[in-house]
Amino acid sequence: MIEIDRITKVYDDTTVVDEVSMTVETGTITVIVGTSGSGKTTLLRMINRLVEPSSGEVRINGEVTRDIPTHLLRRRIGYAIQGHGLFPHHTVARNIAAVPRLLGWPKDKIARRVDELLTLFGMEPAAFRDRYPAELSGGQQQRVGVARALASRPDLLLMDEPFGALDPIIRGRAQEDLRAIQQKLGSTIVLVTHDMEEAIRLGDRVGVMDGGRLVQHGPPEEIVARPANAFVAEMVGDAERPMRLLSLIPVRGLVEPGAAGGDPVPEGASLRDALSACLWTGRDAVPVERGGAVVGRITLDAIRGRVEHRA
Amino acid sequence: MPVWGVAGPVTTAIALAAMVAGVALGLQAARPWWRLGGSLLGLAGLVLLLSRGAGALLVDAGDLARVSPAAGFWCLLLVFMMLMADALSALRPGPRLRLGLLALFLVGLAALLASGALSELSIMQEYRGRVAGFRTAAARHVALALGSLAAAAAIGFPLGILCHRRARLRSLAIPVLSFLQTIPSLAMFGIMIPVLAWVAATVPGAQEIGIAGIGFAPAFLALLLYSLLPVVANTVAGLDAAPPAAVEAARGMGMTDRQRLWSIELPLALPVILAGLRIVLVQNVGLAVIAGLIGGGGFGTFVFQGLNQTATDLILLGALPTVVLALVSAILMDILVDFARRTPKRESA
Repeated sequence: MIEIDRITKVYDDTTVVDEVSMTVETGTITVIVGTSGSGKTTLLRMINRLVEPSSGEVRINGEVTRDIPTHLLRRRIGYAIQGHGLFPHHTVARNIAAVPRLLGWPKDKIARRVDELLTLFGMEPAAFRDRYPAELSGGQQQRVGVARALASRPDLLLMDEPFGALDPIIRGRAQEDLRAIQQKLGSTIVLVTHDMEEAIRLGDRVGVMDGGRLVQHGPPEEIVARPANAFVAEMVGDAERPMRLLSLIPVRGLVEPGAAGGDPVPEGASLRDALSACLWTGRDAVPVERGGAVVGRITLDAIRGRVEHRA
Repeated sequence: MPVWGVAGPVTTAIALAAMVAGVALGLQAARPWWRLGGSLLGLAGLVLLLSRGAGALLVDAGDLARVSPAAGFWCLLLVFMMLMADALSALRPGPRLRLGLLALFLVGLAALLASGALSELSIMQEYRGRVAGFRTAAARHVALALGSLAAAAAIGFPLGILCHRRARLRSLAIPVLSFLQTIPSLAMFGIMIPVLAWVAATVPGAQEIGIAGIGFAPAFLALLLYSLLPVVANTVAGLDAAPPAAVEAARGMGMTDRQRLWSIELPLALPVILAGLRIVLVQNVGLAVIAGLIGGGGFGTFVFQGLNQTATDLILLGALPTVVLALVSAILMDILVDFARRTPKRESA
C-alpha cells in the first residue's frame, strides 16, 4: 500500500503540488490525469524522490520514503517514462537487467528473469535478447522499457506518459497488454497521463489534478458519472460522457433471457460494444455469449436505462 | 642532358609507361579498386625514376653535389596521392581494413627508405649526417605532442565533466579556454619564456624538475594550453548529447551519479570525446614544430635550421616527418572513433 500524505512542492513562490493525499492499494492501477502544468508529473516524481517534497511524506508499506537513501529507494520502485529512455548502447537484455545488476543479482538469475520478461511481453528471448534498442519498433521499445521497470519485481511501478510516443493503434494494444500483465503479476502501478480516455480505460482509481490540487479521486465510473467540478466535467467531455460510461460497464450485468438475431457479443464486452452492435445491425437487441454458448440477449432499452439511471 | 638520358631509356620508358597507365586507371570513375591500383602504379613509376635518376646525375659530379626532386616530382606525387585518397574514400574501408592499409603503407615506406634506393637524394644525405639528432628530435616531437595530449586529457576530462554538471563553471571555463586558443602560436611560445623563467627563478625546486624559460617545459605548457579547449568542449558536447530520456531513466532506476556517468553518459559521449582528442593530436603534431624556436626540440629544430641557412632539404627533413606523423595520427584516431561509434559488443551479461 502506498500512502501519499499531504505532499506539497513549492518552487520559489509557486505551489506546484498542493497538499495532495491519496492511498494506492496494493495490486491496483491508479491513474493521475491532468492538463500540462497541473502538477501530475511532479507528484509522480516526488514518489521516487526525483523531486524532493517541500512538505508531507510518502509511505510505502508503512515505511517513510524520506528515511531511505534516494538511490536505494529508486531501485525498489520501477520507473517507465515517455520515449522509453532505453540505453542505446546496451542490448535489450542488458537494458532489462539494469536494476537487477544494480541490486547485485547473480548472473544466472538475471538471465532467467530477462527471458521470463521477454516471454511475458510476447518477445521471443532468443530473437530479441541481443538486439539493440535502435533495432526495435516503437512498440517493442516501449515494451522493453516497461519490462525493464518491472525487472526487479518492484513494490511499485511509476509510469510517466508511458504510451505518449506511440501511435493510436499501438497505444491501444500497449494499454491492453499493460492491463493483462498487471493483473497477472498483481503489480501496483501509478500512471500519469493527460488522456482521460487512457485514464478511464486503465485505472482502478482515477485521480484528476488541476492547478496542483487533487480535485477528484475515485473509481472511473464515479469520475464519469459524477464529476466533482466543471474542470473534471470538461476533462471527461460532456458529449463523450455517455460513451465513456458505457465503455466501463460490462454486458454481463444486463443480460436478460430471450433470443435475438445477429452475431453474439461476449458477456465480458462493454455496453459500448453492445450498443455499437445494435446500431450497426439495426436491431433492438443482440445475443450474448459465454464461452461460445448464447446465454441470453441485451437490449437497447436496457443499455439506455443504465445510462439514464446514472445521469 | 635529355630526360631519357638521366635514368637510361629503358628505365625511363618503363617508369613513364607505369605513370601513364596509372593515370589511365585513375580515370575509371566507377572502379575505385582500379583507381587505387592506378595510384600505386603511378607512385611506383615515380619512385623508380627518382631512385635511378639520382644516382645517374651524381656520377662525376663531385662530393658537394646534391640532387633534389623538383616541382614536377612534387606535382606528380600530389596527383597520385590525391588519386589514392579519393579511391580510398570511395571504397569506404571499415576500420580494420584501414588499419591494415595504414600498416602496409608504413611498412612500404620504411622498406623503401631502408633499401637505400633513395639514399642518393639530398634529403637522405642530410639525414645521414644527423642520424642521432634526427632520432632525438623524433622522440622529442612525439613526447611533446603525445605528452601534452595526455596532460590535456588528464585535466580536460574532469574539467569537462564538471562543466557539464555545473552551468556556472561552464560559462566561466569555456570563454577562458577559447581566449587561450586565439593567441597566435608564436606569441604563445614567446609568452611562455618570461613566465616560466620567472617561475624557475622564484619557485624553489622548479629548476630541478626541468622548468626553465626555454626548452621542453614552455613548449609543453603552450601545447597543453592549446589542447584544453578541444578536450573540454568536446567532453561537454559529448555528455550533453546523451539522450535526456536515457539519463532520466538512469536516475529514476536508482543509479548513483557515478554509475550514471561511467555506464551511460561517458560511453555515449566517447565518439565525440575521441573526436576532440583527434583534433588535439593533429594540431599538436603541427604546432610542436614551433617548439624548435624556443629550444624545445622536435622536428622544428631542422625546419628552423634550414630556414636560417636557406637549406630546403633540411627544412624538408623536419617538415616531411611532421606531415607523415600528423597524417598517421589523424588516421589512427579516426579508426579509434569508428570503433567507439559502432554499437559496442555485448559484455558478459
